[in-house]
Amino acid sequence: MSETDLAARVLKLVDAGVEAEVVVERAALSLTRFANSYIHQNVADETTTVRLRLHADGRTATASSTVLDGIEDFVRRTVASMRLAPLDPTWPGLTPPGGGPGTAESSSGGGSGWSGGEGFAGNLDEATAAAAPDERAARVRAFVEQAGGLEVAGYCRTSATRVVYLNSAGQHLLGGRTSAAMDGIARTATSDGLARLASTRLADIDGAVLGARAAAKARAGEDPVELPPGRYEVVLEPTAVADVLQMLAIYGFNAKMLQDRQSFLELGAAQFDPAVTIVEDATAPDSTALPFDVEGTPRQRVVLVDRGVSSAVVHDRRTAARGQAVSTGHAIAGGASFGAVPASLRLLAHDGPAPVEVDGPAADSGVAALVSGVERGLLVTDNHYTRVLDPRTLVVTGLTRNGVWLIEDGVVTRPVRNFRFTQSYPQALAPGAVLGVGPRAVELPGPWSESGTVAPALRLATWNYTGGASG
Amino acid sequence: MTHFDVASAAVEAALAAGARYADARVMHRRSESMSARNGEIEDLSQAEDAGVGVRALVGSSWGFFAVPDLGRDAARRAGERATAIARASASVPAPAVDLVEVEARTDSWASACEVDPLSVALSTKGDLLTAATAEAHKSGADIAEGIYQIWDTRKWFVSSQGHRIDQHIRESGAGISATVIGDGETQRRSYPSYRGQYGTRGWELVDELDLTAHAARIADEARALLTAPQCPAGETTLILGSEQMALQIHESVGHAIELDRILGWEAAFAGTSWLDLAKLNQLRYGSELMNITIDPTIPGALGSFGYDDEGTPAAPRYAVKDGIWVGTLAGRDSAAVAGLDYAGSVRADGWARLPMVRMTNVGLTPGPHSLEEMIASTADGVLMDFNRSWSIDDKRLNFQFGCEIGWEIKDGRLGRMLRNPTYTGIGPRFWGSMDMLGSETTAWGTPNCGKGQPGQIGHTGHPAAAARFQNVRVGVRG
Repeated sequence: MSETDLAARVLKLVDAGVEAEVVVERAALSLTRFANSYIHQNVADETTTVRLRLHADGRTATASSTVLDGIEDFVRRTVASMRLAPLDPTWPGLTPPGGGPGTAESSSGGGSGWSGGEGFAGNLDEATAAAAPDERAARVRAFVEQAGGLEVAGYCRTSATRVVYLNSAGQHLLGGRTSAAMDGIARTATSDGLARLASTRLADIDGAVLGARAAAKARAGEDPVELPPGRYEVVLEPTAVADVLQMLAIYGFNAKMLQDRQSFLELGAAQFDPAVTIVEDATAPDSTALPFDVEGTPRQRVVLVDRGVSSAVVHDRRTAARGQAVSTGHAIAGGASFGAVPASLRLLAHDGPAPVEVDGPAADSGVAALVSGVERGLLVTDNHYTRVLDPRTLVVTGLTRNGVWLIEDGVVTRPVRNFRFTQSYPQALAPGAVLGVGPRAVELPGPWSESGTVAPALRLATWNYTGGASG
Repeated sequence: MTHFDVASAAVEAALAAGARYADARVMHRRSESMSARNGEIEDLSQAEDAGVGVRALVGSSWGFFAVPDLGRDAARRAGERATAIARASASVPAPAVDLVEVEARTDSWASACEVDPLSVALSTKGDLLTAATAEAHKSGADIAEGIYQIWDTRKWFVSSQGHRIDQHIRESGAGISATVIGDGETQRRSYPSYRGQYGTRGWELVDELDLTAHAARIADEARALLTAPQCPAGETTLILGSEQMALQIHESVGHAIELDRILGWEAAFAGTSWLDLAKLNQLRYGSELMNITIDPTIPGALGSFGYDDEGTPAAPRYAVKDGIWVGTLAGRDSAAVAGLDYAGSVRADGWARLPMVRMTNVGLTPGPHSLEEMIASTADGVLMDFNRSWSIDDKRLNFQFGCEIGWEIKDGRLGRMLRNPTYTGIGPRFWGSMDMLGSETTAWGTPNCGKGQPGQIGHTGHPAAAARFQNVRVGVRG
């Protein structure tokens, strides 16, 4: 049975007069993990999940199931739960039909493989969806070999998802996505070096290139010295900038946080440096996000920060109704409590020469160019275990990881031990604080989801390091 | 066809395909959560999932495959796929691996449950959350939120060594919070904690919390925090309440004693550990008051079970005894690599995920003091409780925590309320400064422990008591 047939069958089982939406998601995830320079975990699963949301008489229930041979019972139980559920006064109604990529009218539906012929909108790469364990293992082997004897650890992942959305108002969408990622470190006795990359296509992931980069950084980071905590000018590599963007996405550009006055954001205000433009764009050809959200709203391209001015947030249907706006297509499962979240956030790179590989710890020549302008500061590879102290100020604490170096007179002079920081992320990007933006934005995997972030390197005037490695 | 038959079919297929060891878990899980805000229900979600996950060992290399189909043919294909994946792993092979011996048992186990949480009417549950959040909102909270979560999990485990174990574990929990919005900052208080309180129990746990009775108090406290003085910065004597102690244990002891981290298996993501196996049974972790147990047998605690997901029976052991590091959280393969003779701490977040080393109930044994005695014997210090933020480095040494609320202590008495209390330190130095430990413990449940790739959410328990520490840096701000 195709996903569309299954969705239609579920919808047909729901009583007349009930508003109903069905999401059928077929997902395959494969992840090959390595540590101590060998593959120690290697997993795969394929799952089809039906998600059903019902509303009638002011009451709403949401349920999901993977038990497809008991689908009648699943629908019956969900209807019963809805009848008994407490009132839901903020129900925003179902997404009306039409609009966007993947509408059933513009697609053939069904079909073989993951893209189903022309049926499923989105960035779906058949070769990535069909990638065999050997293809991931080969990339791991290349990473290990290029590390030149250093101990390595990390993963290579491929995933494919295709989704059919159908509701009783007539909205019918078909969408899919693939993603591939490799994330690994090379290790010496005193340092770790990182290489990380995501793409819609496994073919873009070269284990040898990443292994060599990780090893170069690890070797450049050996025997670090401890520096006193304090405020330092920094060059954050894309891997660290991605963390900043992810925090801004969850706590800043989420309409619910803004409506609840828990976001730092003030629409229309010049809260960021003019060098900063942040866009949410799941419609981009390199996006690893689905082309529509769990409410069946096609994802819109949204300019969140336009040359330093906070200009928009992303919405689901509940926040849109509350704020007299329209949904931008960023609802998430369980989002009634959490709000809408960007799915493919990107900080736009600045013009410059195409980056090339360089010797030493900098990720590429674009990063090295930012370093060259720093009189005294730090080159930071990655942020680790970042947590928000207060969402309103977005003060975050966390640590550096996978390589920090002192910059003196535009040159990386020595590796530095990790710091703890306590830093307001919006203040780090405030007007006058961004001294440079790298020329290449890199697609990076999220730490917890398969949605990526696209980030360039940043040179920032100050970052507040509040503790050293020894306390 | 029984669920044991399905698991057996998967194991047999893996062996037939060339695995030298295989195990399979059929799991069926139902979950439910409801959240409310300012007296209105915000979300009701129910989920059901079922499937079989198969682990196959070929030579020294593992493979894992999972499917939601519980037919015999699908199970056999899953066993074959797991073995094929293990063969791919062998292209970058691991050193020789063994599994520590575990008696192959046939058994059943179920957690105690007085009131089946899934049988309680949704209207009853909804009334509880709406009443509690309405009361907090009425009492001054700008945002009053409440949530409960329930899991009902059945597992059928079969291994090629002869295990046949089924378990039925029911978990329940709930909590409320009150957030107030000030000029440029927010303050939050929660009850019983921001995560709530959770256990391997039925709805009786939620009833006992009596959420509504605490709603007005937390709203008052959150409002008061907006105008309270900032926690002072500097080194001082710190007393932590038991809820914050639970997370202190979780982050700076529980994760540090995970054997997979110690062996480097999590190096690229969660990180490693500052602990060196060569120093097991010698290394001083903390003061002599520090006794940490790994105990999945505690009735009702969130990390309790009859058997872990490798079929090892639950058994208590010390992780830290009189301040000395003596034990780890281990699995059958990691223990063999480390030369240890015990396992028992491996679990998976559902049938589709690989079992991995996880905390069970990791907690402090009680000390001799009361909280009142700690305060009375402190000339100058700060009391903090109720976790608000947490961050720790990849070796589990350098931590910084924020709490919801603090109070100054002057001349043996509690003084003014303090806002934005934070503290930071280095694990063994911090634990070494613990000079007073409470006699009353609570087994706090943590239902949101993230680990692994693909990500898994673990449920862990942490018996904890209030404790006092010396010369701790507090009041770190951005």
